[in-house]
Amino acid sequence: MAPLTIPLGHFLSVAAILFTLGVLGIFLNRKNVIVILMSVELMLLAVNLNLVAFSAHLGDMVGQVFAMFVLTVAAAEAAIGLAILVVYFRNRGTVAVEDISLMKG
Amino acid sequence: MIEFPDISPALAELLLAIAAMVLLLVGVVRGDKSTGAVLWLSVAALAVATWIVWSDADTSAITFSGLFVADRFASFAKILVLLGSALALVLSLEFLERERLERPEFPVLVVLATLGMMIMIAANDLLSLYVGLELQSLSLYVLAAFHRDSEKSTESGLKYFVLGALASGILLYGSTLVYGFTGSTSFTGIAGVLATHEERSMGVLFGLAFVSAGLAFKVAAVPFHMWTPDVYEGAPTPVTAFFSLAPKVAALALFMRVMLGPFGGIADDWVGIIGLLAAASMVLGALAAIGQTNIKRLMAYSSIGHVGYALMGLAAHSPLGVRGTLVYLAIYLAMNMGAWGVILSMRRSDGTLVENVDDLAGMARTRPFLAAAMAIFMFSLAGVPPLAGFFGKFYVFFAAVDAGLYLLAVIGVLATVVGSYYYLRVVKVMYFDEPAPGFVQPAGATSAVIAVTALFTLLFFLFPAPFVAEAHLASLALFP
Repeated sequence: MAPLTIPLGHFLSVAAILFTLGVLGIFLNRKNVIVILMSVELMLLAVNLNLVAFSAHLGDMVGQVFAMFVLTVAAAEAAIGLAILVVYFRNRGTVAVEDISLMKG
Repeated sequence: MIEFPDISPALAELLLAIAAMVLLLVGVVRGDKSTGAVLWLSVAALAVATWIVWSDADTSAITFSGLFVADRFASFAKILVLLGSALALVLSLEFLERERLERPEFPVLVVLATLGMMIMIAANDLLSLYVGLELQSLSLYVLAAFHRDSEKSTESGLKYFVLGALASGILLYGSTLVYGFTGSTSFTGIAGVLATHEERSMGVLFGLAFVSAGLAFKVAAVPFHMWTPDVYEGAPTPVTAFFSLAPKVAALALFMRVMLGPFGGIADDWVGIIGLLAAASMVLGALAAIGQTNIKRLMAYSSIGHVGYALMGLAAHSPLGVRGTLVYLAIYLAMNMGAWGVILSMRRSDGTLVENVDDLAGMARTRPFLAAAMAIFMFSLAGVPPLAGFFGKFYVFFAAVDAGLYLLAVIGVLATVVGSYYYLRVVKVMYFDEPAPGFVQPAGATSAVIAVTALFTLLFFLFPAPFVAEAHLASLALFP
């Protein structure tokens, strides 16, 4: 039995949907900053899916190397984001998105 | 067996990476008392790195398996970035001491951000572009939230982080599309593929759109500017000064390299969009600054406007345009640095740092030299001849007209006229309003930076030629 291959277009569609969900999660979310951090991760995972799918399709390893770099940087980014969020929470006692409005105009 | 890469073109970067780690160790071992020493050592490391780049400015090499490029363009931009970071560090020492923020992480983070910027400038691959950009951005997020007991500072850090991460995500998504549809992440490879294919694939165009949106976010061009005023207002003032100097230069240099390098062959598809970004930035920068009372917000809108003028050179898509942008960035660095030096000197005798335009009232009588310097910077930012700011604008307008972008040049001139209003308002407040309580004497280092940048701004018209010639050589590196 020949191995069942999923065409590239399917991977790209899933990644595009995930990416859009991530962007929408940042803009439409009115409740919690932690959800925003999760949305950012979702965007980066969509990017990784894209990279790996392209890498397999092109038979080129660079995409997978790139994905490893993205994973590493995403971990650092999550660490820094959570650290800033903790500092913010200590000052304000809240992580609600609508409260982040000291400065406007 | 993989060959060991030639590290000589990246000596300055390696020096900064090692310096950052050593200085971090010094800071950890010696504690908060070592802040001053770590800061001056960081300045020294940046100065040595400047010297290394300077002495090797005319090399042209690609190393690290094609990830890293050294050319005249990179050298020019790197020197600007290094000088900007070093002077911003010098300006921040007094603030750190007076606000009890003396922590040795501060200069280390600035050095790491500078290292990220240098990698951005030297990127020759989507991968090194991303890694450099993130190294810079992650350091800047922490710097924005550096005053960790201040509500404003942490809020600005949080906002910057969320919007910066969004921009990185968009940029990265674009990079994957470009990789997938051209089969290469190297700038040379992408340019080669785009040059041989007659019809444009939709995937590459989508990728180009995402990449340029992400980069526009990083340079804070309209309509991707909304984070700038909030982040600039909330961040500690020396951090804001740093934000408006070196990262702008690095991001614009990267923008130019990406657009003219890999996407240079499909310029018809992007010059119009860059022109639109430039026009929108100039107009919004001029209009939105008018109603601002906080001088940090005012400078934020001013920097958005200035990015518009700098992008005009890119929209011209010619060596003249790149030359114009480089000269513009250098002059912008000097005059903005001085203006921030004056803003950092707005300290009342009770020790509080004030930041409203009205607090400058009557400074001409209480601190005449500081007021004169601020007047020079404001006239220069407005573009009044014969100050340096006029020449910066002249070279980009010249390039735009040369490229036939008459409408863009007209919009630029009109925006300059509108923009003069709020710069001149600062001068009016200083010279004609009833004096407010005076400011304390700024520290010697701050005064020195203000004096040097004021002299540069004032006397630039005497020696523009070698400077412009150097920028011209740098611009040719992007047009092989």
